[in-house]
Amino acid sequence: MPELIAKSALDGRSMNVGGVTLAEVQVGPITSIAVLPGGTKAVAKGLRPLGLSMPEPNSFHERKGARIVWTGREQAFLIGVDCPALEGAAVTDQSDGWTVLALSGPAAVDVLARLVPTDLRLGACPVGRALRTGVNHMNAVILRTGDYAFEIMVFRSMARTAWHELETATHMVAARAGVKI
Amino acid sequence: MRLTCPLCGERDRREFYYYGAEDYLHRPGEGASLAEWDSYLHLRDNVAGVVRDLWYHEAGCAQWLVVTRNTVTHEISGVELVAERAK
Repeated sequence: MPELIAKSALDGRSMNVGGVTLAEVQVGPITSIAVLPGGTKAVAKGLRPLGLSMPEPNSFHERKGARIVWTGREQAFLIGVDCPALEGAAVTDQSDGWTVLALSGPAAVDVLARLVPTDLRLGACPVGRALRTGVNHMNAVILRTGDYAFEIMVFRSMARTAWHELETATHMVAARAGVKI
Repeated sequence: MRLTCPLCGERDRREFYYYGAEDYLHRPGEGASLAEWDSYLHLRDNVAGVVRDLWYHEAGCAQWLVVTRNTVTHEISGVELVAERAK
């Protein structure tokens, strides 16, 4: 069998404008865990060796390089580690279906404010939040990873569109601040 | 207009899609009369006051919601998950 090389959608692209950094990041395996009716206890047991549990709505947790993100009712994404054998859940590999963009810098929140119809200011969206919302017309999962840092998950097929939207908004915010670009 | 999704919290109208009256949840059973099907598919009251609608949180958690709202005052008095109601 030929050895296949995994390639990301944007080839690890990055840019920095006006103190805001936008970069594609590699997050490793992404597994969707959809809990089946009555499967809550079995899933909790299966996740225990990782030190993780199913997250509350709008949140994510991290432990030793593994991250679990709320992505819907009775559903989460396990990211960065191979998924252990789980009873009580429908488990699917989503690794090549998503692109993750990291947006950071003091004005990152202003960039997202132009595209996202949700309040992402620190007071309303503290570190550890994971929101399913939209970036313009794209569905996205937005993680608050730091006071000035976000990760934005979009469908891989939307990677270049998402990049374009965020790049344009970043330039606009920089121009407004009078930063020479 | 903002709706408070039971899972996601208060969100903008842009994240939601309107489907129609709550009546769509009450599909007639097998062998129902033509009159019942006619009512289910077509007959709606045009209420000035409290109505119950189906909305879909398409740019959010992808849950169907029953929204209770007042067409006169625009007050939204309830948002429930369809999935939780079925339990």
